[in-house]
Amino acid sequence: MEEYVLMKGNEAIAEAAIRAGTDGYFGYPITPQSEVIEYLAAAKPHERTGMVMLQAESEVAAINMLYGGAGAGKKVMTSSSSPGISLMQEGISYIAGSELPCLLVNVVRGGPGLGTIQPSQSDYFQATKGGGHGDYNLIVLAPASVQEMADFVSLGYDLAFKYRNPAMILSDGAIGQMMEKVKFKPQQPRSKKSPDWATTGKTPDRERNIITSLDLDPARQERFNEKLQAKYKEIREKEVRYEKIQCDDAEYLFVAYGTSSRICQKSMQMAREEGIKVGLLRPITLWPFPYNEIRMMSGQLKGILSVEMSAGQMIEDVKLAVEGKVKVKHYGRMGGIIPTPDEIVKNLKQKIIGG
Amino acid sequence: MADDTISTKELIKEENLVYKKSKILTDNEFHYCPGCGHTTTHRIIAEIIEEMDIQSKTIGIAPVGCSVFMYNYMDIDMQEAAHGRAPALATAIKRLLPEKYVFTYQGDGDLAAIGTAETIHACNRGENITMIFINNGIYGMTGGQMAPTTLVGMKSSTTPYGREVSLMGNPIKMTDIVVNLPGTYFVSRQSVHTPGNVRKTKKAIRKAFEYQALNKGTCFVEVVSNCPSGWKMTPVESNKWMAENMLPFYPLGDLKVPEE
Amino acid sequence: MAKIKGAIVVDIDRCKGCELCITACPTEVISLSDNVNDKGYHYAYMKNPDVCTGCTNCAIVCPDGVITVYRKKVS
Repeated sequence: MEEYVLMKGNEAIAEAAIRAGTDGYFGYPITPQSEVIEYLAAAKPHERTGMVMLQAESEVAAINMLYGGAGAGKKVMTSSSSPGISLMQEGISYIAGSELPCLLVNVVRGGPGLGTIQPSQSDYFQATKGGGHGDYNLIVLAPASVQEMADFVSLGYDLAFKYRNPAMILSDGAIGQMMEKVKFKPQQPRSKKSPDWATTGKTPDRERNIITSLDLDPARQERFNEKLQAKYKEIREKEVRYEKIQCDDAEYLFVAYGTSSRICQKSMQMAREEGIKVGLLRPITLWPFPYNEIRMMSGQLKGILSVEMSAGQMIEDVKLAVEGKVKVKHYGRMGGIIPTPDEIVKNLKQKIIGG
Repeated sequence: MADDTISTKELIKEENLVYKKSKILTDNEFHYCPGCGHTTTHRIIAEIIEEMDIQSKTIGIAPVGCSVFMYNYMDIDMQEAAHGRAPALATAIKRLLPEKYVFTYQGDGDLAAIGTAETIHACNRGENITMIFINNGIYGMTGGQMAPTTLVGMKSSTTPYGREVSLMGNPIKMTDIVVNLPGTYFVSRQSVHTPGNVRKTKKAIRKAFEYQALNKGTCFVEVVSNCPSGWKMTPVESNKWMAENMLPFYPLGDLKVPEE
Repeated sequence: MAKIKGAIVVDIDRCKGCELCITACPTEVISLSDNVNDKGYHYAYMKNPDVCTGCTNCAIVCPDGVITVYRKKVS
């Protein structure tokens, strides 16, 4: 029986990666997520499972190592933080365009540019709207606890392999750095079988496997894009995940994910003590976004506050969800500052209730 | 006796066959320009894979550039990399499938400009892969712009008056750089412009594949090549120009051979 | 006295007329045809088949691998 252990979010991801049967981790250190690669280096995953772990020469190299490893049918992952994820965008686009599974972890820090090393949620657009070039989507999971940091590793792999699409865990510096109790799943063996599309060497019993995102014929390229879009439609229909807290009687709603959603729970408690009926909807998948769930609540709501540690990015999806039927406002802090529960309550009153 | 007058028709029989296109090449027609060294090098690699009987163990990485479609011609599993990143893909594939033969195939822009970091670090780590580097001193695919290896004085569409060091910097000798890295095991520079050179190139690339079984480090073979279209010459002229101009700056031969 | 006789077969449709085989041939067997193939290239052919030794030089430098070579020792 596995016991709870006390661990940082970043370390939990690393331990979960070994236990999920990861074949290869390729990464480059960057604050605030370097604990992932440091934990892996110390844990000797090669001895535990035969897992390959390599510190690459750059994030650019790391993501292209994922591209190679994923093409060979292996369970591969990387982790980085905002500037490093920006560097990876080209490779992510190639991976999506080649329909390969892999797991990406972004422990977000404040930007733009080198920005700050403090937590932020300002990479929402980058994660959910493509990030790199071309019409593609990542499956984006937003953990709100160290336990979810661990659990979303295997969930991310499952979704990535099910749909042959890269999946991203969009965390932030707060969840990456904070320590909480976490319970791990037992060790899963590394897969011995390769998917039939993988480049493992052409045997006489099959045609050669080619991993590429290139097709210069516009008609074929359009058909391929239509196939991708059909896949994304299926993911939107089947894979939306969210959590609703005290929503049944809610007249007001916080929509918040990750660290912000935790703060909103406290804000909700404070507001309810004052008689304000506010609930919380926490998207767990940021893509696909829970549009329908929010839309279905719009009849009972007088207003929604989208709480994000950014200038307001997810709010666009919240507005799309309610189709103008409910007032939607944003509150958030930037530059690595985490909002306090009472600030959020104050803004709920000012922007939504009194506004 | 009267065999002396054997007719051509009588000669063309399976038992007299001494050379034919490798079975590892697909039926797709090469898209390369007439006389291109890429095509010859593809053919050589296919012959080596066939002769070593490693089709089922080989994974190739195609670059961005003229040879982006290499996977159309080789009947082996291949991946098409982002520009310059072939060594990163190969690094992961080889580490995850260490019993396979993994090779990269890159041009001068891919390997020696945009992918310099990946080239150097793969070689420095001593990744147990084979790297093939086609150096024709020009960007063929995009229409003949300056490459990192364009010779001083050489004209291209972005050096229309010739490459001038004070403005465009020096040509880079990537093979001379990687030979000094401790991770490389075998480093050679060859060409494919004459039958003799093709034979030497084939020997070098064959070694570069065979050494993968030893797990001793990176094997790197540069093939100094022509680009008739980019250089605006006939294929025969381009080979002559290459021999007279490219080879003095990029001299042929083995630069690093394993100690016996 | 033993003599080596050779012959080549050119895949005419795939020949791009680059002439590298002509330069490589030590016995001047090959020339470009006056005719063109479907791609519009003058293709290589054995102009002087009698002097071909089947040395394979042409096939080895042919980028496109369009030349097949046959050889036989005759007495």
